[in-house]
Amino acid sequence: MKDMTIKAETENLHAVFDFVVDGLMELQQTPTFIRQCKLSAEEVFLNICSYSYESEIGSVYITRDIVNKGSDKEVVISFSDSGIPFNPLTADDPDLTAELEDRQIGGLGIFLVKELMDEVSYEYEDGHNILTMKKALEK
Amino acid sequence: MNIAEHLDNDTITVDIIGEVDGTNVGELEGALKASISKAPNVIIDLKELNYVSSAGLRVFLLIRKLTASAGHNMVIKNVTPDVMEIFTVTGFVKLLNIET
Repeated sequence: MKDMTIKAETENLHAVFDFVVDGLMELQQTPTFIRQCKLSAEEVFLNICSYSYESEIGSVYITRDIVNKGSDKEVVISFSDSGIPFNPLTADDPDLTAELEDRQIGGLGIFLVKELMDEVSYEYEDGHNILTMKKALEK
Repeated sequence: MNIAEHLDNDTITVDIIGEVDGTNVGELEGALKASISKAPNVIIDLKELNYVSSAGLRVFLLIRKLTASAGHNMVIKNVTPDVMEIFTVTGFVKLLNIET
């Protein structure tokens, strides 16, 4: 497992990208798989940057692990912050059938994470929001 | 991300090249708002866009609404498979007037 602690600021997004995708190519993962992990990480990280800390900008602790799941492997990425307790998975999914005039943009990011990853879970533990996402490696 | 535009009479073509994410989406919004004020027909060419997250979707939706309310035309073309996945999963395929 590897980990990093980084300030919850949008300008750090590319450092988060580098951390999340590092080594996935060597594990023979396709550009599509890597992009899906990267995009999911962006949505979660920017959500924390936007909503988690009110007055003072806090940090985000990120871990990434490749673990065995039966005979397969999966990538497990988790984000932990000590901001306002909030479970983003409880938000309603966006109404995908809404017409242009009525279409709202909120909630799309987390919806994408749920669609692109295999499993997404949330827990609040010791004053920390912990969001964990998993996706089976392709081979 | 790079943006290139080409104005031909009443049609403006905007190429968005590279990756659109939360760090450069403000730049994209400003550029597209300026572009759509220059001509009534807007073509957004995404053949060299290989990454877009919800931040970019928000801008595409905004530009679509702005052109529609001005009575102008906007079409998105040459969408790569990676970007199309995001348009499809989010239902934006139906909203954005995508030429296939």
